Amino acid sequence: MEYRIKTVLVDAQGFDRTLTRLAHEIVERNRGTANLAIVGMQTRGVFLAKRLAEKIQTAEGIGVPLGTLDATLYRDDFRTRLKSPKAQITDIPFDIYDMNLVLVDDVLYTGRTVRAALDALMDFGRPRRIQLAVLVDRGHREMPIRPDFIGKNIPTSMNEEVRVRMNEIDGEDAVLLVEVSP
Amino acid sequence: MSSFPHKHLLGLEDYSADDILKILDTAESMKEILARPIRKVPTLRGVTVVNLFFESSTRTRISFELAEKRLSADTVNFSSSGSSLSKGETLLDTARNIEAMKIDIVVIRHRAAGAPHFLAHHLEAVIVNAGDGCHEHPTQALLDVLTLRQKFGSVKGLRVTVVGDIAHSRVALSNIHALKKLGATVAICGPATLIPRDVAGLGVGVVYSIDDAIAQSDVLNVLRIQLERQEAGLFPTLREYQKYFGVTRTRLEKAQRPLTILHPGPINRGIEITSDVADSEHSLILDQVTNGVAVRMAVLYLLSGAKQ
Repeated sequence: MEYRIKTVLVDAQGFDRTLTRLAHEIVERNRGTANLAIVGMQTRGVFLAKRLAEKIQTAEGIGVPLGTLDATLYRDDFRTRLKSPKAQITDIPFDIYDMNLVLVDDVLYTGRTVRAALDALMDFGRPRRIQLAVLVDRGHREMPIRPDFIGKNIPTSMNEEVRVRMNEIDGEDAVLLVEVSP
Repeated sequence: MSSFPHKHLLGLEDYSADDILKILDTAESMKEILARPIRKVPTLRGVTVVNLFFESSTRTRISFELAEKRLSADTVNFSSSGSSLSKGETLLDTARNIEAMKIDIVVIRHRAAGAPHFLAHHLEAVIVNAGDGCHEHPTQALLDVLTLRQKFGSVKGLRVTVVGDIAHSRVALSNIHALKKLGATVAICGPATLIPRDVAGLGVGVVYSIDDAIAQSDVLNVLRIQLERQEAGLFPTLREYQKYFGVTRTRLEKAQRPLTILHPGPINRGIEITSDVADSEHSLILDQVTNGVAVRMAVLYLLSGAKQ
Protein backbone atom coordinates (compact mmCIF):
# COMPACT_ATOMS: atom_id res chain seq x y z
CA MET A 1 0.00 0.00 0.00
CA GLU A 2 1.40 3.39 -1.02
CA TYR A 3 1.26 6.25 1.44
CA ARG A 4 2.35 9.86 1.64
CA ILE A 5 3.52 11.52 4.86
CA LYS A 6 1.37 14.56 5.62
CA THR A 7 2.74 15.60 9.02
CA VAL A 8 5.18 14.44 11.62
CA LEU A 9 2.87 14.60 14.64
CA VAL A 10 5.40 13.58 17.28
CA ASP A 11 9.18 13.58 16.97
CA ALA A 12 11.67 11.49 18.94
CA GLN A 13 11.91 13.93 21.85
CA GLY A 14 8.14 14.31 22.09
CA PHE A 15 7.77 10.55 21.88
CA ASP A 16 9.95 10.04 24.95
CA ARG A 17 8.22 12.82 26.93
CA THR A 18 4.82 11.33 26.15
CA LEU A 19 5.91 7.92 27.39
CA THR A 20 7.36 9.44 30.55
CA ARG A 21 4.06 11.17 31.25
CA LEU A 22 2.08 7.98 30.58
CA ALA A 23 4.32 6.01 32.95
CA HIS A 24 3.74 8.53 35.73
CA GLU A 25 -0.01 8.62 35.11
CA ILE A 26 -0.18 4.84 35.30
CA VAL A 27 1.63 4.76 38.65
CA GLU A 28 -0.43 7.65 40.00
CA ARG A 29 -3.79 6.18 39.02
CA ASN A 30 -2.86 2.78 40.45
CA ARG A 31 -1.41 4.31 43.66
CA GLY A 32 1.98 2.72 43.16
CA THR A 33 3.12 -0.51 41.60
CA ALA A 34 1.52 -3.12 43.89
CA ASN A 35 -0.20 -5.81 41.76
CA LEU A 36 0.52 -3.73 38.67
CA ALA A 37 1.51 -5.47 35.44
CA ILE A 38 1.90 -4.29 31.86
CA VAL A 39 0.85 -6.22 28.78
CA GLY A 40 1.93 -5.03 25.34
CA MET A 41 -0.02 -5.88 22.21
CA GLN A 42 1.82 -7.17 19.17
CA THR A 43 3.68 -5.62 17.46
CA ARG A 44 4.56 -2.06 18.55
CA GLY A 45 2.59 -2.22 21.79
CA VAL A 46 5.16 -4.76 22.98
CA PHE A 47 7.98 -2.22 22.67
CA LEU A 48 5.86 0.56 24.16
CA ALA A 49 5.06 -1.68 27.14
CA LYS A 50 8.71 -2.48 27.63
CA ARG A 51 9.65 1.20 27.64
CA LEU A 52 6.81 2.07 30.03
CA ALA A 53 8.00 -0.68 32.40
CA GLU A 54 11.53 0.74 32.25
CA LYS A 55 10.27 4.23 33.02
CA ILE A 56 8.23 2.95 35.96
CA GLN A 57 11.31 1.09 37.19
CA THR A 58 13.33 4.32 36.99
CA ALA A 59 10.69 6.39 38.75
CA GLU A 60 9.64 3.95 41.47
CA GLY A 61 12.69 1.71 41.76
CA ILE A 62 10.51 -1.37 41.37
CA GLY A 63 10.12 -3.57 38.33
CA VAL A 64 6.63 -4.54 37.16
CA PRO A 65 5.78 -7.83 35.41
CA LEU A 66 5.70 -7.52 31.64
CA GLY A 67 3.70 -9.63 29.19
CA THR A 68 3.13 -9.86 25.45
CA LEU A 69 -0.25 -10.45 23.85
CA ASP A 70 -1.25 -11.35 20.31
CA ALA A 71 -4.99 -11.07 19.76
CA THR A 72 -4.96 -12.28 16.14
CA LEU A 73 -6.73 -15.55 16.95
CA TYR A 74 -9.53 -13.65 18.72
CA ARG A 75 -10.31 -11.18 15.94
CA ASP A 76 -13.85 -10.91 14.56
CA ASP A 77 -12.75 -10.20 11.00
CA PHE A 78 -10.66 -13.35 10.57
CA ARG A 79 -13.01 -14.97 8.07
CA THR A 80 -13.82 -11.84 6.09
CA ARG A 81 -10.34 -10.48 5.49
CA LEU A 82 -8.58 -11.24 2.26
CA LYS A 83 -5.33 -11.98 4.01
CA SER A 84 -4.73 -14.19 7.00
CA PRO A 85 -2.87 -12.15 9.59
CA LYS A 86 0.24 -13.75 11.00
CA ALA A 87 -0.34 -15.24 14.41
CA GLN A 88 2.41 -14.03 16.72
CA ILE A 89 3.59 -15.05 20.14
CA THR A 90 1.66 -14.47 23.34
CA ASP A 91 3.77 -14.69 26.48
CA ILE A 92 2.29 -13.79 29.85
CA PRO A 93 4.84 -15.18 32.29
CA PHE A 94 2.89 -14.35 35.46
CA ASP A 95 -0.47 -15.19 37.00
CA ILE A 96 -2.91 -12.40 36.07
CA TYR A 97 -5.35 -13.34 38.84
CA ASP A 98 -6.23 -10.23 40.90
CA MET A 99 -3.67 -8.08 39.08
CA ASN A 100 -4.17 -4.54 37.82
CA LEU A 101 -3.29 -4.97 34.15
CA VAL A 102 -2.41 -2.14 31.83
CA LEU A 103 -2.95 -3.16 28.23
CA VAL A 104 -0.72 -1.15 25.86
CA ASP A 105 -1.25 -0.53 22.14
CA ASP A 106 0.14 2.03 19.73
CA VAL A 107 -2.96 3.36 17.94
CA LEU A 108 -6.56 3.08 19.11
CA TYR A 109 -8.94 3.21 16.14
CA THR A 110 -12.09 1.06 15.82
CA GLY A 111 -11.56 -0.68 19.14
CA ARG A 112 -11.89 -4.14 17.61
CA THR A 113 -8.34 -5.21 18.39
CA VAL A 114 -8.81 -4.17 22.02
CA ARG A 115 -12.09 -6.11 22.13
CA ALA A 116 -10.19 -9.18 20.89
CA ALA A 117 -7.38 -8.57 23.42
CA LEU A 118 -9.86 -8.42 26.31
CA ASP A 119 -11.24 -11.82 25.27
CA ALA A 120 -7.73 -13.20 25.00
CA LEU A 121 -6.79 -11.93 28.48
CA MET A 122 -9.87 -13.57 30.02
CA ASP A 123 -8.53 -16.93 28.89
CA PHE A 124 -5.55 -16.43 31.19
CA GLY A 125 -7.57 -15.80 34.35
CA ARG A 126 -9.49 -13.09 36.14
CA PRO A 127 -7.56 -9.88 36.61
CA ARG A 128 -8.79 -7.36 39.19
CA ARG A 129 -8.87 -4.57 36.64
CA ILE A 130 -7.78 -3.96 33.06
CA GLN A 131 -6.81 -0.46 31.98
CA LEU A 132 -5.97 0.62 28.45
CA ALA A 133 -3.01 2.79 27.55
CA VAL A 134 -2.53 3.97 23.96
CA LEU A 135 0.07 6.21 22.40
CA VAL A 136 -2.45 7.66 19.92
CA ASP A 137 -6.24 7.81 19.94
CA ARG A 138 -7.34 8.61 16.40
CA GLY A 139 -11.11 8.27 16.93
CA HIS A 140 -13.65 6.44 14.71
CA ARG A 141 -14.60 3.87 17.36
CA GLU A 142 -16.87 0.99 16.35
CA MET A 143 -17.01 -0.57 19.82
CA PRO A 144 -17.74 0.86 23.28
CA ILE A 145 -14.04 0.97 24.19
CA ARG A 146 -12.47 3.90 26.02
CA PRO A 147 -8.76 4.30 26.85
CA ASP A 148 -7.63 5.13 30.39
CA PHE A 149 -4.30 6.65 29.39
CA ILE A 150 -3.80 8.55 26.14
CA GLY A 151 -0.51 9.80 24.74
CA LYS A 152 -1.98 12.01 22.03
CA ASN A 153 -5.52 12.64 20.82
CA ILE A 154 -5.33 12.96 17.06
CA PRO A 155 -8.62 13.45 15.20
CA THR A 156 -8.27 11.97 11.71
CA SER A 157 -10.34 11.48 8.60
CA MET A 158 -11.02 8.00 7.29
CA ASN A 159 -8.54 8.23 4.42
CA GLU A 160 -5.75 9.22 6.77
CA GLU A 161 -3.75 6.82 8.88
CA VAL A 162 -1.54 7.21 11.91
CA ARG A 163 1.76 5.36 11.71
CA VAL A 164 3.77 4.87 14.87
CA ARG A 165 7.43 4.23 14.19
CA MET A 166 9.72 2.86 16.87
CA ASN A 167 13.45 2.55 17.13
CA GLU A 168 13.28 -1.17 17.87
CA ILE A 169 11.87 -2.09 14.45
CA ASP A 170 11.66 1.07 12.34
CA GLY A 171 14.94 2.75 13.28
CA GLU A 172 13.34 5.94 14.64
CA ASP A 173 10.77 7.13 17.16
CA ALA A 174 7.99 9.14 15.55
CA VAL A 175 4.26 9.41 15.03
CA LEU A 176 3.28 10.24 11.45
CA LEU A 177 0.02 11.28 9.88
CA VAL A 178 -0.10 9.71 6.43
CA GLU A 179 -2.52 9.72 3.56
CA VAL A 180 -3.18 6.30 2.07
CA SER A 181 -3.88 5.94 -1.61
CA PRO A 182 -5.83 2.77 -2.24
CA MET B 1 0.60 -9.71 7.04
CA SER B 2 0.60 -11.79 3.90
CA SER B 3 -1.83 -14.18 2.30
CA PHE B 4 -1.39 -17.92 2.22
CA PRO B 5 -1.32 -18.98 -1.42
CA HIS B 6 -3.11 -22.34 -1.13
CA LYS B 7 -6.73 -23.31 -0.78
CA HIS B 8 -6.05 -26.97 0.06
CA LEU B 9 -3.33 -29.08 1.61
CA LEU B 10 -3.21 -32.05 -0.72
CA GLY B 11 0.51 -32.72 -0.49
CA LEU B 12 3.80 -30.97 0.12
CA GLU B 13 5.04 -31.47 -3.44
CA ASP B 14 3.36 -28.24 -4.57
CA TYR B 15 4.16 -26.25 -1.40
CA SER B 16 7.21 -23.98 -1.41
CA ALA B 17 9.80 -23.70 1.35
CA ASP B 18 8.19 -20.37 2.30
CA ASP B 19 4.75 -21.97 2.62
CA ILE B 20 6.19 -24.71 4.84
CA LEU B 21 8.08 -22.21 7.01
CA LYS B 22 4.93 -20.15 7.40
CA ILE B 23 3.08 -23.22 8.68
CA LEU B 24 5.93 -23.99 11.11
CA ASP B 25 6.02 -20.40 12.42
CA THR B 26 2.26 -20.39 12.89
CA ALA B 27 2.51 -23.76 14.65
CA GLU B 28 4.86 -22.20 17.20
CA SER B 29 2.15 -19.67 18.08
CA MET B 30 -0.36 -22.50 18.32
CA LYS B 31 1.93 -24.47 20.61
CA GLU B 32 1.81 -21.62 23.09
CA ILE B 33 -2.00 -21.94 23.25
CA LEU B 34 -1.64 -25.61 24.20
CA ALA B 35 0.38 -24.58 27.26
CA ARG B 36 -2.27 -22.15 28.57
CA PRO B 37 -4.73 -22.82 31.40
CA ILE B 38 -7.58 -22.54 28.87
CA ARG B 39 -6.34 -24.36 25.79
CA LYS B 40 -8.84 -22.93 23.34
CA VAL B 41 -9.17 -19.89 21.11
CA PRO B 42 -12.32 -18.75 19.27
CA THR B 43 -10.68 -18.39 15.84
CA LEU B 44 -12.66 -20.98 13.85
CA ARG B 45 -15.99 -20.41 15.58
CA GLY B 46 -18.75 -21.18 13.09
CA VAL B 47 -16.48 -23.23 10.84
CA THR B 48 -17.54 -26.85 10.37
CA VAL B 49 -14.97 -29.55 9.76
CA VAL B 50 -15.73 -33.14 8.84
CA ASN B 51 -13.09 -35.77 9.47
CA LEU B 52 -13.56 -38.42 6.80
CA PHE B 53 -11.48 -41.41 7.78
CA PHE B 54 -11.84 -44.24 5.31
CA GLU B 55 -8.85 -45.96 6.90
CA SER B 56 -8.34 -46.69 10.55
CA SER B 57 -6.30 -44.17 12.50
CA THR B 58 -5.93 -43.30 16.15
CA ARG B 59 -3.23 -40.69 16.43
CA THR B 60 -3.95 -38.64 13.32
CA ARG B 61 -7.72 -38.61 13.83
CA ILE B 62 -7.48 -37.59 17.49
CA SER B 63 -4.81 -35.03 16.64
CA PHE B 64 -6.94 -33.42 13.92
CA GLU B 65 -10.01 -33.47 16.13
CA LEU B 66 -8.14 -31.83 19.00
CA ALA B 67 -6.67 -29.22 16.67
CA GLU B 68 -10.17 -28.40 15.39
CA LYS B 69 -11.61 -28.19 18.90
CA ARG B 70 -8.74 -26.02 20.21
CA LEU B 71 -9.66 -23.53 17.46
CA SER B 72 -13.40 -23.75 18.34
CA ALA B 73 -14.49 -25.35 15.05
CA ASP B 74 -17.51 -27.65 14.98
CA THR B 75 -16.41 -31.16 14.14
CA VAL B 76 -18.11 -34.19 12.71
CA ASN B 77 -16.41 -37.55 12.55
CA PHE B 78 -16.93 -40.21 9.99
CA SER B 79 -15.30 -43.58 9.83
CA SER B 80 -15.91 -46.08 7.09
CA SER B 81 -17.13 -48.86 9.33
CA GLY B 82 -20.85 -48.55 9.98
CA SER B 83 -21.35 -46.00 7.21
CA SER B 84 -23.24 -46.13 3.96
CA LEU B 85 -19.95 -46.96 2.21
CA SER B 86 -20.59 -50.51 3.30
CA LYS B 87 -23.88 -50.14 1.40
CA GLY B 88 -22.01 -49.43 -1.83
CA GLU B 89 -22.11 -45.63 -2.03
CA THR B 90 -19.29 -44.04 -4.06
CA LEU B 91 -16.76 -41.64 -2.55
CA LEU B 92 -18.13 -38.80 -4.63
CA ASP B 93 -21.72 -39.41 -3.53
CA THR B 94 -20.65 -39.63 0.11
CA ALA B 95 -18.71 -36.39 -0.21
CA ARG B 96 -21.47 -34.55 -2.08
CA ASN B 97 -23.98 -35.54 0.54
CA ILE B 98 -21.72 -34.32 3.29
CA GLU B 99 -21.14 -31.06 1.48
CA ALA B 100 -24.90 -30.58 1.06
CA MET B 101 -24.97 -30.32 4.85
CA LYS B 102 -22.76 -27.18 4.63
CA ILE B 103 -19.25 -28.21 5.50
CA ASP B 104 -16.30 -25.78 5.27
CA ILE B 105 -13.32 -28.11 5.62
CA VAL B 106 -12.92 -31.81 4.82
CA VAL B 107 -10.05 -33.74 6.40
CA ILE B 108 -9.72 -36.98 4.50
CA ARG B 109 -7.77 -40.18 4.88
CA HIS B 110 -8.26 -42.75 2.15
CA ARG B 111 -6.49 -45.88 0.96
CA ALA B 112 -6.53 -44.60 -2.63
CA ALA B 113 -3.78 -42.20 -3.64
CA GLY B 114 -5.34 -39.05 -5.07
CA ALA B 115 -8.64 -39.28 -3.19
CA PRO B 116 -8.13 -35.79 -1.64
CA HIS B 117 -7.31 -34.33 -5.09
CA PHE B 118 -10.48 -35.90 -6.44
CA LEU B 119 -12.55 -34.25 -3.71
CA ALA B 120 -10.78 -30.91 -4.22
CA HIS B 121 -11.80 -31.08 -7.87
CA HIS B 122 -15.46 -31.78 -7.13
CA LEU B 123 -16.24 -29.94 -3.89
CA GLU B 124 -16.20 -26.29 -2.83
CA ALA B 125 -14.83 -27.12 0.62
CA VAL B 126 -11.20 -26.81 1.72
CA ILE B 127 -9.56 -30.25 1.57
CA VAL B 128 -6.82 -31.40 3.95
CA ASN B 129 -5.05 -34.65 3.16
CA ALA B 130 -4.64 -36.81 6.25
CA GLY B 131 -2.97 -39.60 4.29
CA ASP B 132 -3.83 -40.95 0.83
CA GLY B 133 -2.69 -44.46 -0.02
CA CYS B 134 1.06 -44.65 -0.69
CA HIS B 135 1.15 -41.03 -1.83
CA GLU B 136 1.41 -38.27 0.82
CA HIS B 137 0.74 -37.59 4.49
CA PRO B 138 1.65 -33.89 4.58
CA THR B 139 0.77 -33.02 8.19
CA GLN B 140 2.97 -35.88 9.43
CA ALA B 141 5.95 -34.50 7.51
CA LEU B 142 5.21 -30.98 8.77
CA LEU B 143 5.22 -32.13 12.37
CA ASP B 144 8.44 -34.06 11.72
CA VAL B 145 10.25 -30.99 10.37
CA LEU B 146 8.80 -28.84 13.17
CA THR B 147 10.17 -31.31 15.74
CA LEU B 148 13.58 -31.27 14.06
CA ARG B 149 13.61 -27.48 13.82
CA GLN B 150 12.86 -27.19 17.53
CA LYS B 151 15.74 -29.54 18.36
CA PHE B 152 18.36 -28.25 15.90
CA GLY B 153 17.21 -24.66 15.28
CA SER B 154 17.04 -25.28 11.54
CA VAL B 155 16.52 -28.23 9.23
CA LYS B 156 19.01 -26.87 6.70
CA GLY B 157 22.10 -29.04 6.38
CA LEU B 158 20.75 -31.85 8.56
CA ARG B 159 21.41 -35.36 7.29
CA VAL B 160 18.19 -37.31 7.63
CA THR B 161 17.66 -40.94 6.65
CA VAL B 162 14.17 -42.37 6.36
CA VAL B 163 14.32 -46.09 7.21
CA GLY B 164 11.83 -48.83 6.35
CA ASP B 165 9.18 -49.52 3.76
CA ILE B 166 9.76 -46.48 1.56
CA ALA B 167 7.84 -47.80 -1.44
CA HIS B 168 4.54 -48.04 0.41
CA SER B 169 5.00 -45.07 2.71
CA ARG B 170 3.15 -41.79 2.36
CA VAL B 171 5.10 -40.56 5.37
CA ALA B 172 8.36 -41.13 3.49
CA LEU B 173 7.28 -39.24 0.38
CA SER B 174 5.96 -36.22 2.28
CA ASN B 175 9.07 -36.21 4.45
CA ILE B 176 11.33 -36.23 1.40
CA HIS B 177 9.50 -33.24 -0.09
CA ALA B 178 9.50 -31.24 3.16
CA LEU B 179 13.08 -32.01 4.16
CA LYS B 180 14.55 -31.33 0.73
CA LYS B 181 12.68 -28.05 0.34
CA LEU B 182 14.05 -26.91 3.70
CA GLY B 183 17.59 -27.78 2.67
CA ALA B 184 18.24 -31.10 4.45
CA THR B 185 20.24 -33.91 2.88
CA VAL B 186 17.89 -36.85 2.63
CA ALA B 187 18.60 -40.56 2.20
CA ILE B 188 16.35 -43.60 2.28
CA CYS B 189 17.25 -47.00 3.67
CA GLY B 190 15.50 -50.37 3.54
CA PRO B 191 15.42 -53.76 1.85
CA ALA B 192 15.68 -53.45 -1.94
CA THR B 193 12.13 -54.81 -2.31
CA LEU B 194 10.81 -51.86 -0.28
CA ILE B 195 12.69 -49.13 -2.16
CA PRO B 196 10.62 -47.57 -4.96
CA ARG B 197 11.82 -48.33 -8.49
CA ASP B 198 11.64 -44.73 -9.69
CA VAL B 199 13.72 -43.44 -6.81
CA ALA B 200 16.11 -41.46 -9.04
CA GLY B 201 13.58 -38.68 -9.60
CA LEU B 202 13.30 -37.95 -5.87
CA GLY B 203 16.85 -36.68 -5.48
CA VAL B 204 17.68 -38.72 -2.41
CA GLY B 205 20.53 -41.09 -1.58
CA VAL B 206 19.77 -44.79 -1.23
CA VAL B 207 21.44 -46.93 1.41
CA TYR B 208 20.87 -50.67 1.70
CA SER B 209 22.64 -51.12 5.04
CA ILE B 210 21.31 -49.73 8.29
CA ASP B 211 24.85 -49.47 9.67
CA ASP B 212 25.89 -47.26 6.74
CA ALA B 213 22.75 -45.18 7.27
CA ILE B 214 23.61 -44.68 10.93
CA ALA B 215 27.21 -43.75 10.09
CA GLN B 216 26.16 -40.95 7.71
CA SER B 217 23.11 -39.44 9.46
CA ASP B 218 22.18 -36.96 12.17
CA VAL B 219 18.58 -38.14 12.28
CA LEU B 220 16.81 -41.43 11.58
CA ASN B 221 13.12 -41.27 10.78
CA VAL B 222 12.15 -44.89 11.41
CA LEU B 223 8.96 -45.97 9.64
CA ARG B 224 6.53 -48.53 10.89
CA ILE B 225 6.75 -51.90 9.18
CA GLN B 226 3.22 -52.64 8.03
CA LEU B 227 2.70 -56.24 8.97
CA GLU B 228 0.56 -56.98 5.91
CA ARG B 229 3.56 -56.31 3.64
CA GLN B 230 5.27 -59.37 4.97
CA GLU B 231 2.31 -61.46 3.88
CA ALA B 232 2.77 -60.00 0.39
CA GLY B 233 6.21 -61.59 0.32
CA LEU B 234 8.27 -58.40 0.12
CA PHE B 235 10.60 -59.59 2.84
CA PRO B 236 10.96 -63.10 4.25
CA THR B 237 10.13 -62.72 7.94
CA LEU B 238 9.77 -60.01 10.56
CA ARG B 239 12.73 -61.55 12.41
CA GLU B 240 14.87 -61.18 9.36
CA TYR B 241 13.79 -57.56 8.92
CA GLN B 242 14.58 -56.92 12.56
CA LYS B 243 17.98 -58.56 12.20
CA TYR B 244 19.06 -56.54 9.13
CA PHE B 245 17.16 -53.25 9.48
CA GLY B 246 16.03 -52.99 13.09
CA VAL B 247 17.30 -49.84 14.84
CA THR B 248 18.92 -51.07 18.05
CA ARG B 249 21.04 -49.47 20.73
CA THR B 250 24.02 -51.66 19.80
CA ARG B 251 23.92 -50.33 16.24
CA LEU B 252 23.47 -46.69 17.31
CA GLU B 253 26.36 -46.87 19.76
CA LYS B 254 28.78 -47.43 16.87
CA ALA B 255 28.09 -43.86 15.69
CA GLN B 256 30.46 -41.07 16.74
CA ARG B 257 27.66 -39.02 18.31
CA PRO B 258 24.06 -39.71 19.31
CA LEU B 259 21.49 -39.81 16.52
CA THR B 260 18.08 -38.24 16.91
CA ILE B 261 15.23 -40.70 16.41
CA LEU B 262 11.81 -39.99 14.92
CA HIS B 263 8.99 -42.47 14.38
CA PRO B 264 5.50 -41.62 13.06
CA GLY B 265 3.84 -44.34 15.16
CA PRO B 266 2.36 -46.70 15.95
CA ILE B 267 5.56 -48.46 16.97
CA ASN B 268 6.13 -52.17 16.48
CA ARG B 269 8.42 -52.51 19.48
CA GLY B 270 11.22 -54.98 18.82
CA ILE B 271 10.75 -54.96 15.04
CA GLU B 272 11.76 -51.72 13.30
CA ILE B 273 12.95 -50.18 16.57
CA THR B 274 13.81 -51.59 20.00
CA SER B 275 12.21 -50.26 23.17
CA ASP B 276 15.48 -48.94 24.59
CA VAL B 277 15.90 -46.75 21.47
CA ALA B 278 12.25 -45.67 21.26
CA ASP B 279 12.24 -44.63 24.92
CA SER B 280 15.73 -43.11 24.99
CA GLU B 281 16.53 -39.43 25.53
CA HIS B 282 17.40 -39.11 21.83
CA SER B 283 13.95 -40.20 20.74
CA LEU B 284 11.58 -37.32 19.92
CA ILE B 285 8.58 -39.57 19.34
CA LEU B 286 6.33 -37.95 21.95
CA ASP B 287 7.40 -34.43 20.93
CA GLN B 288 6.21 -35.37 17.45
CA VAL B 289 2.77 -36.19 18.82
CA THR B 290 2.54 -32.90 20.75
CA ASN B 291 3.69 -30.95 17.70
CA GLY B 292 1.12 -32.77 15.59
CA VAL B 293 -1.75 -30.90 17.21
CA ALA B 294 0.01 -27.53 16.82
CA VAL B 295 0.87 -28.17 13.15
CA ARG B 296 -2.70 -29.20 12.33
CA MET B 297 -4.02 -26.08 14.08
CA ALA B 298 -1.66 -24.00 11.95
CA VAL B 299 -2.80 -25.69 8.73
CA LEU B 300 -6.50 -25.26 9.55
CA TYR B 301 -5.91 -21.65 10.55
CA LEU B 302 -3.98 -20.70 7.42
CA LEU B 303 -6.32 -22.51 5.02
CA SER B 304 -9.51 -21.07 6.49
CA GLY B 305 -8.17 -17.51 6.56
CA ALA B 306 -7.35 -17.29 2.88
CA LYS B 307 -10.57 -16.21 1.21
CA GLN B 308 -10.00 -15.85 -2.51
